[in-house]
Order: sequence, then C-alpha cells, then structure tokens
Amino acid sequence: MYLIQILAIIFCLFAIWRLTMRFRRREVKWTEFLSWLIFWFAVGIAFIIPDSLTRLANILGIGRGADLVLYVAVVVLFYLIFRIFVRLEKMERNITKVVRDKALENMENNRQDISNKTQETRQK
Amino acid sequence: MKVFAVVPVYNEKIEIVNKIVSELLDFVDKVVVVDDGSRYSVKEAVFRCKKNTGKIVCLCHQINRGQGAALQTGTDYAFLSGADIVVHFDGDGQHLATDVLALTGPIKKGQVEFVFGSKVLGRAENIPWSKKTFIIPLARFVNRILTGINLSDAHNGLRAFNRRAGDKINLSQDRMAHNTEYPYLVKKNNLKYKEVPVKVIYNQYGQGIGGGIRILKELILGWLLK
Repeated sequence: MYLIQILAIIFCLFAIWRLTMRFRRREVKWTEFLSWLIFWFAVGIAFIIPDSLTRLANILGIGRGADLVLYVAVVVLFYLIFRIFVRLEKMERNITKVVRDKALENMENNRQDISNKTQETRQK
Repeated sequence: MKVFAVVPVYNEKIEIVNKIVSELLDFVDKVVVVDDGSRYSVKEAVFRCKKNTGKIVCLCHQINRGQGAALQTGTDYAFLSGADIVVHFDGDGQHLATDVLALTGPIKKGQVEFVFGSKVLGRAENIPWSKKTFIIPLARFVNRILTGINLSDAHNGLRAFNRRAGDKINLSQDRMAHNTEYPYLVKKNNLKYKEVPVKVIYNQYGQGIGGGIRILKELILGWLLK
C-alpha cells in the first residue's frame, strides 16, 4: 500500500467521523448526511482499489480514472460558481431592499419631527 | 397634476446637482434627490442651494446600490407622497430641465402613460463618433430583441410616467440595466407609451462596450432569478 492511500483513508475516516458527530447533533439533515456518507465512501474505495475508478472511466469512454475525476470536478465547480452567482445577486437585491426601506423610513421620521415641532410651537 | 422629479446622485459635482435642482424647480412640484451613498453629504449640499423653497427632498442610501436602485427609491417616495407623474432626470447634467414639459405633456393630456426621452429624435451635443456610429445602434438592436419594443434611443435616462404605470413597474435591476428593464416592463404591462425628442449633452462617454456587456450579464442574471 502506498503512503498516499493510507493518508487518504485516514482522511476519509476523519471526514466520516466529523459528519456523524454533526448528524448526531442534528446540524445536518439526514439526506445531506447520506449523500456525504456515500461521497466519502466512494472516495475511500477509489483510493483503496485504484482500478475501480479506471474501470468506471472506461465504461464512460474515458481513458484514465484521474481524467474522470478531473472532468467531474470541473463540472461540479462550474455549477457551484453559478449557484454562488445567483445567490449573490439575490443578496444584493435584499441589501437594496433594506437600504431603500431605511432611506424611506428616515424620510418619514424627518417629516414627523417637523410636524411635531410645528405642533410644539403652536402649543406655545 | 403633481409632477415630481427624481434625480439620482452618486459623487456628482455638487455645483452641477444644485444647478439641476434649482432649474428643475421651475418645472416640477417637487425635486426628489436620491443620494446613492456618495462620499460627501449630498443632503447638506442640496439644502444650501439658494432656491430651496421646501420643494426639495433628499433621500439617502447609506451605501451605494446603483442608479436603478436609487431611481426606484425616489419613485417609491414620490408616489407615496402624492405624486401623479414622476420624471427621471440624470444627476450629471446631461439633460435639460426644459425637456420636462415635453415629457409630461402627453401624460397630462391622457394620451399615454409612459414617455421615453429620445436623443435620436431630438438633438444630442458632443456625442463621441464611436458611440454614435457603433454603440448606440448596437444597443438599440440588442434592446429591440430583448424588450420587443423598437425605441429610437436605447438608453436614455430621461423618462416620465404616471401613477398607474408606476404601480405596475417595479425595477428589479439595481444597476444600469434599468434602461433596458423599463421598455421591457412597459411592453409586458401593455402600457401606452410614446417617445419625445430631448436634448442630451455629452460631458462623459457613459456606457461603452464594457458597460453594455455588464448590462447583458445583469439582465441574464435577473431573468434567471425570476
């Protein structure tokens, strides 16, 4: 066994342990828990049996397992970036809403201040 | 009919803003200045303006949110405070206050609900030639495809609309894409519209190709979010 395999397996076990801890504290939903569990198991198996990845790649028509990982990673990254873009835009709009409400609210307060002042002067 | 002018201001020269405001006061019932998070206090500067007759209102965005956002804030305020017609007027001195009458005229007469200013129908001074021959026709073409309305001037900051139109039109584009979103929303809501010639004085280049691409990006994101 190569050193990289041992390190990878240790890391996978660590990740699964952390995941279980979080699941127990109910910080992650069971669907998330399950999908992450499958993911880390898959990573572990890919490291223990390197051939498995190559075989999967061959089924898909890709020469090497490492290439398959790279392709999948790029697609996933692009998708995540897209999601972040959309979420950022949504956040921007929400910020605008807050800033706008604040601006209008300040205006409303000013107006009330003025009318209060005129009432005070009238009372005097 | 009460006419309110909305003037978005972002780090504009204060003399220019004061000039615009005092000129506008002759043509509208109220001037709503929206300070879009400028470096200095626009509010204080505007209120030092000599012609301040209580017809000036200054709203303040605490942080910069873009011209579209500032316009929407000012428009919201105007209709909340009893405006019948709202006029959008750029804060950088490229429009003439006298054009306000031409914009509000057709709405006052009840002919239309939304009026676009057009520098192509009217006269524009100092348009850079690259902008005239290349960018403006391109922007027109793209806008025509995106909005379905064929306007002679794709991007003009001068526009006016009544309360009914204002209720239906709510900008979601915070930055510069509002210039495309307005025709789109006018078409979508089947509002009666008209273009009137206005004069535009080019002091700055404004939106170039880069700006156009940024606007496209904003529009695409906007549609994805709907």
